[in-house]
This record gives sequence, structure tokens and C-alpha cells, in this order.
Amino acid sequence: MSARYSFAALLRHAVTGAPWPRAWRRAEPKRSYDVIVIGGGGHGLATAFYLAHNHGIRSVAVLERGYIGSGNVGRNTTLVRSNYQMDGNTQFFEHSLKLWEGLSHTLNYNVMLSQRGQIVLAHGPAQLDVLARKGNIMRLNGIDAEPLDRGQVMRLLPYLDYSDRARFPIHGGLLQRRAGTVRHDAVAWGYARAADRLGVDIIEHCEVTGFTQHAGKVTGVSTTRGTIGAGRTAISVAGHSSQLAAMAGLRIPVESHLLQAFVSEPIKPFIDHVISFGAELFYISQSDKGGLVFGGHIDGFNSFTQRGQFPKVQTVAECAVALVPAISRLKLLRHWAGIQDMTPDGSPFIGRTQRSNLYFNGGWCYQGFKATPAVGWCFAHTIAHDEEHPLIRHLALDRFERGNGHDEYGLGLWTYRQ
Amino acid sequence: MLRIPCPGCGERDYTEFRYGGDASKTRPAHGTGDVRHWHDHVFLFDNPKGPHREYWQHVLGCRRWLVVERDTATNRVLAVRFAAQASPP
Repeated sequence: MSARYSFAALLRHAVTGAPWPRAWRRAEPKRSYDVIVIGGGGHGLATAFYLAHNHGIRSVAVLERGYIGSGNVGRNTTLVRSNYQMDGNTQFFEHSLKLWEGLSHTLNYNVMLSQRGQIVLAHGPAQLDVLARKGNIMRLNGIDAEPLDRGQVMRLLPYLDYSDRARFPIHGGLLQRRAGTVRHDAVAWGYARAADRLGVDIIEHCEVTGFTQHAGKVTGVSTTRGTIGAGRTAISVAGHSSQLAAMAGLRIPVESHLLQAFVSEPIKPFIDHVISFGAELFYISQSDKGGLVFGGHIDGFNSFTQRGQFPKVQTVAECAVALVPAISRLKLLRHWAGIQDMTPDGSPFIGRTQRSNLYFNGGWCYQGFKATPAVGWCFAHTIAHDEEHPLIRHLALDRFERGNGHDEYGLGLWTYRQ
Repeated sequence: MLRIPCPGCGERDYTEFRYGGDASKTRPAHGTGDVRHWHDHVFLFDNPKGPHREYWQHVLGCRRWLVVERDTATNRVLAVRFAAQASPP
């Protein structure tokens, strides 16, 4: 029985055949905790871990309605990168990428970070200018970025469509070598296990049904497994953020939309990088099992069904074939949808709320997975100190009231068009 | 596939339509209300898991704007009217 994973432990278990211990305890809810984190996804587990690890707050419970890994932490396309150009985002996502780089060691759990590099493509000179500007912003912030011309892209990605028939000819791109993929289930399990080892109670199949309040302060939650008291309560649920906020009497600038993702049948190693199409929102990479993993835009209207619409499958497949004609006869193995918080400016909310002792993290649009470690880091700081971490001050819940929308993509104030 | 029964054209795939967002809010009259009032109108959503009142425009059909009531938990369409004839929310 080895509590800590190591090469020696692996050998010992291989020789003796001893079963591995559970990765985390099956905790029963106590009467009260210093902090309750609602939502056992990547963000909630990371928050609990950093509360215990960075701030010494070990009386923490993570309440999960389903089971660990059942939500969006297991439904995303596993990409991590830090190529953002708006001040605030640039630094926040770079902090996240740096945490990803050390995460397997921090958690004593192999999250299988693969820094295979991400290439964003430009399909015209103007788009290449925009990417060059983004690359300059990244480099000024100490982040790696390499502009590529058409010839360099051809050498790195020889299988794209460079013919005269290409609907969107490739002019060049921007490469971030440190970007890549992470095994998303391992992130959930690794954070859960590491938090558990620091004393955090991870309580699965426990749905929050309301908040208990006293004199304008949130004092705990009522759940399907009884009432639990809390010094501080943090919402980190994604998909049902509005429903949780409404239980505390708050209306928030979030709508729930569906994002679909796709995996093809497995093939031999073919796509070595993460590639982002520049003509539509489409990105593709290859998993360790050989399947091509790709995704596109949200379905376009709010929904909680977790079932994507078929026309979006066609759009995404069209993008895939326009970019990589060689995969036109590949079969889809699976496709699925996650419920995703969408906000009017495409940026998330993280910080304090109008209610004392209640903290909110949500509205992550397309960006939730890559942000996981930095969200945990900054949200834990915010909860522990009752003050926003400097890296997330631009992501306040009341930023629209102050005219401080944060629109990285400049698409206008429509949740369903971000 | 979500299908919307257009009162003018009959039941069609949703791809013939353009989504126009939440129709449950009443726009404040010009010159009324403070900034907070307008902020709430523009930026806050009830985002219900259940019946949702929303705009769709039949861009590949009669091009008229519709008010559709749809259950966001199932995508079942509960009611459709021309927006011009819909009762205020």
C-alpha cells in the first residue's frame, strides 16, 4: 500500500501484486467547514488544493453533484496555451501555463503534459499582421511566440491544403512551442488526490439545493445530504452557475450554451502539434491513443441538454477537411457536448460577490480547462484573503457596471456569438 | 435537430433561422432609468433551465421575427408567435 506514487512504489506493487489504495477517501459531510467549494470539477478541486497547500486552510469540503470528472473537466479538448493579447489575460494564462509545467510534480500525479506546440494559422496578410502583433505582446510579457511564414508552416505541417484549390490559402502562422495538451481526467484525479491528502473532504453525489444566510451573510449550504455550515462558500460549477447564483438571490451576466467536441477513430501518429484554423473557430490535435481530437464553435443558442445539434457536426467536419484534406474519409468515433457558461464579453468572472462570505467563479466560455491551475491558485487566494488576487482583478463580477468589459475577441455584447 | 414551427412557413430546421437572444426582458424606455437599470437590462440573464422566451428570425423563409418559447432542458418548442403579435413579456 503506497500512498505516494514513485518508480519504487510501482516496482513494489508490480512484484507483490498489492492493490493500490483509493486515490481519495469517500468522505462523509461534517457539520461545518471553514470553506465549502461547490463543484468538484477541475476548478473546484484546484481551488480546494491551493486553499490547503498555499494558505494552510485544511477544513475544506468540495461538494460535487455527480462524480469527480463527470463534468466539463472530462469533456474539453485538453488544450493548454497562453497566447492571449489583452493585458490581464496575457499574464493570467501565462501563470496558468507555468503551473501546468510543474503540475505533475506538485501533485505527485502524472497529468501527461505534452508541450507539442500550438500553431494558429493566418489566411491572409492582414491576419498575419494581427498574429504578429499578438506574438509581440506575448514576447514583451516574456512568453514564447514565433511568427511563421508560409514556407515554415509548410515544413512543420506538410499535410495541410497548400493547393490552388484551398478555400482559405495559408499565409503563415504563430507558433507557441510551450503550448500543448494535458490528460484532462488526470487533472481531476490528481487534484482530488492531492487535496484529499492535505485533509480536504471530497463529497461526491451531494447536490447543493440552497444557501443558508444570516444577517446578509452566507453561512452554509443545504444539500441533498443535509445542511452544512461554512465560514466561506465558493461557487465553481460551470453550466449551472446561474442556478447556483439564483439560490443566493443573485442574477449574473451568464448564459448556458453547448459546446461540442469530437474524436475520430485512432490512426497512426500524424498531427504532431495543436493546430488552430484561422478562418473559423476550429482546432485539432491528436491524442496519445491516436484519435484526432477537434472542436469548433458553440451551437449558437442557450441550452442545458448536453446534446449537440447535428448541423454543427457538419460545420466542424467541413473545417477539418478544408484544413487537412487527407482526413476526409476518417470516421468519427465519438462526439459529445458540454454545458458551458457564456458571458457578454467572452471573459469569465472570478472573485467576491454582493453577498458576504460568498465567492464566485464561472463564465469561462471556451477557456476553462487551460485556466484550471491559475483559477485554483487565484480563487484560493481570493477566498483566503477576502480580496481578489492581482491576476484576476480585471475579471470582477460587477465589471460591466463600471464599464470595464474585457472582450479579448471584440465580438460585441452577445453571449451566443462569442 | 431543433425544429421550429414558423407560423408563416410551417415547421423547419433551426438552421433556417437566426437566433436573436432572450426575449423575456422589456427594454427600458429612452431617457428613463439610471445606469444600473440599463446594466441589468443589457447584461443580466435569468438563464432558466426550463421554459425560455427568445427571439428567432426566419432568415431563409419569411424573414419575420418570431418569439419562441422553448424548454432549454429538452429543446422542446412550447409556443411560437410572430414577434409583432406576441404579448409583452
